[in-house]
Amino acid sequence: MNNPQLNKHGELQHLLSTEGLSASILFKILDKADSFLNVAEGREIKKLPLLHGISIFNIFFENSTRTRTTFEIAAKRLSADVVNLNISSSSASKGESLLDTVDNLCAMHADMFVVRHAQSGAAHLIARHVAPEIHVINAGDGRHAHPTQALLDMFTIRYYKKEFHNLRVAIVGDILHSRVARSQIHALTTLGVPEVRVIAPKTLLPGCVDKLGVRVFHDLAAGLRDVDVVMMLRLQNERMQGAILPSAQEYFKYYGLTQEKLALARSDAIVMHPGPMNRGVEIDSSVADGAQSVILPQVTFGIAVRMAVMSTLAGVG
Amino acid sequence: MNIRIKNGHLIDPKNNIDGRHDLFIMDGRVAAVGIAPADFVAQQVVDATNLVVAPGLIDLAARLREPGYEYKATLESEMNAAVAGGITILACPPDTDPPLDEPGLVEMLKHRARELNKARVYPVGALTYGLKGVELTEMAELADAGCIAFSQADAAITDTRVLMRSMQYAATFGFSVWLRPQDSFLARDGVAHDGEVATRLGLPAIPVCAETIALATMLQLARETGVRLHVCRISSADGVALVRAAKQQGMPITCDVSANHVHLSEMDIGFFDAHCHLVPPLRSLRDRDALRAGLLDGSIDAICSDHSPVDEDAKQLPFAEAEAGATGLELLLPLALKWARQERRPIADGLARITHQPAQILGLDAGHLSVGSIADVCVFDPDVFWQIKPAALSSQGKNTPFLGVELQGRVCYTLIRGQLVYQFQPKHGQ
Repeated sequence: MNNPQLNKHGELQHLLSTEGLSASILFKILDKADSFLNVAEGREIKKLPLLHGISIFNIFFENSTRTRTTFEIAAKRLSADVVNLNISSSSASKGESLLDTVDNLCAMHADMFVVRHAQSGAAHLIARHVAPEIHVINAGDGRHAHPTQALLDMFTIRYYKKEFHNLRVAIVGDILHSRVARSQIHALTTLGVPEVRVIAPKTLLPGCVDKLGVRVFHDLAAGLRDVDVVMMLRLQNERMQGAILPSAQEYFKYYGLTQEKLALARSDAIVMHPGPMNRGVEIDSSVADGAQSVILPQVTFGIAVRMAVMSTLAGVG
Repeated sequence: MNIRIKNGHLIDPKNNIDGRHDLFIMDGRVAAVGIAPADFVAQQVVDATNLVVAPGLIDLAARLREPGYEYKATLESEMNAAVAGGITILACPPDTDPPLDEPGLVEMLKHRARELNKARVYPVGALTYGLKGVELTEMAELADAGCIAFSQADAAITDTRVLMRSMQYAATFGFSVWLRPQDSFLARDGVAHDGEVATRLGLPAIPVCAETIALATMLQLARETGVRLHVCRISSADGVALVRAAKQQGMPITCDVSANHVHLSEMDIGFFDAHCHLVPPLRSLRDRDALRAGLLDGSIDAICSDHSPVDEDAKQLPFAEAEAGATGLELLLPLALKWARQERRPIADGLARITHQPAQILGLDAGHLSVGSIADVCVFDPDVFWQIKPAALSSQGKNTPFLGVELQGRVCYTLIRGQLVYQFQPKHGQ
């Protein structure tokens, strides 16, 4: 089966998932992000002319503030023209189909789409549909993938831990519904992390999750023991319905990350979270704001990583 | 009209005939096999050199989309597809709009189908009004109107007391009840098998126990009520095991599987191929192999097309939102032959599961070429490869997981009641 993310030369054509990408492609993006970090942090020049004249359409069929904003900033720092469309409040409500919307935007000479959609596979569908010179970046599709989040997480891990091959990483929380977790798992295993753990109650784990190459823990204390990186996931409030969890209180008691639980990890372990956080549900404020937290640097790195992804797809820089 | 089909390889699984025999048809019935009856003069001769001459195929599940869904397909288009697929008898599920829960609707459908003079259509009536699982339909009236069995199509009866009573009532009249086992709570919102692929792709999943729990309930109630139960579209290894065990205990149940599920698994979803969004979901390779073994050992009696034409737009959506189903009438024969070939069984074994075995489930004396029987005949080339592409299909639905695939075995002639109703002619672009 052809990898729909690569062109016939094996180069990245779309970024749809971290699955199926080689370590060398991932490392190239991380290295490029390194070179953009100063720009992103605003230490030197704020803008690079790399994507001058390129039109990037952020099409968000699902609400997002943080992801859309960081994509927008990243595109503007590369001098691209950015158009933001919040589709949930426009065409879709008038009955226009996803691909009709995309066709219309293509007719406006879009060069790149950044897509978020509530359905798994939406970005693949668009990538299959558009002309070969157009690039698609998946900014989150259903429960499937959120590759730029995973890449900025990898960037963060490398920034603090330097290497991947000697790490134990734990992903804690709602794996079942999480596109972030899936993309993290593929990226971590591809980059050579020898032990990736998932920690969750059984109602928050998908079937056959071990087939993704992870160790499964149901006990937070056991799962956190001696890990180098703790990656927390957001717990949506609606999980209290549908008999998935009894209450946020009980969840916090058994799966919330507190200082006491974090002490079981290695003393230099870092704590990550893709945001937005539910303080007191999956993470205690003292941990979120504590010395081991790298949650805010993640956001900063996110801009550099998205600049790297966009310029890689455009074949510049 | 007298027709002679000459030089063909005649395969009639029910009568254990498998050899070079001419077939003689007189007044719509089989007049003789092998040697012409005295004073037989053929008015039409079909040359079947290098071709197989078989009973017309019988399909237990073909959605013709009328009434109500004419934008997906029409009776006319799908009846043409049926004969192009060698199918001469088909049963259609009641999930039309409105559902087949009124005798008038059934009579209308039968009448419309008869006028087209193609395959004989046997409607399966709704077991409950509106397929809602609450009130029983007038089954006896529906049977008088032409319903051959009663079913819920893909809608489950969640209330087990209603399920039991529907079986009791059907058993009163000796009607058979066809049910697809799926617990609607466990399957809620699911679009793919609860396994590796759904986990990887982040697709809402349907566990195997959704099938086995519903199946265990059905089997227990069938035992209790004595109803003739036909299990539709079995999909899992555990499900096949339950059917096998029930049969070994002597329960008079029958079972079918969709041709898609005999060959495909969750792996075929690949990168969200919406053509593989099927009901029930494609399960693991192990499940698929168990379905194939179930066909071999008789746990599963028949292969059906589960023909569900869907319009193009409804498939051009993200996987979960895309409408489930695949066109199948014209793929039934090649897929049954493929199963037989892969299992190293003779063609007759593949044909048995799409001719006289489904006929038995329907309670019809059909699916064979005994002297005196109605001359429904399918003449096909067992060796020719053809590529599945939209232009090659007569069905209005062009949606199938096999698009682009080359399949072996293609219908050349179809006869219904001794009349030639289909002859293969290469279409433009083939």
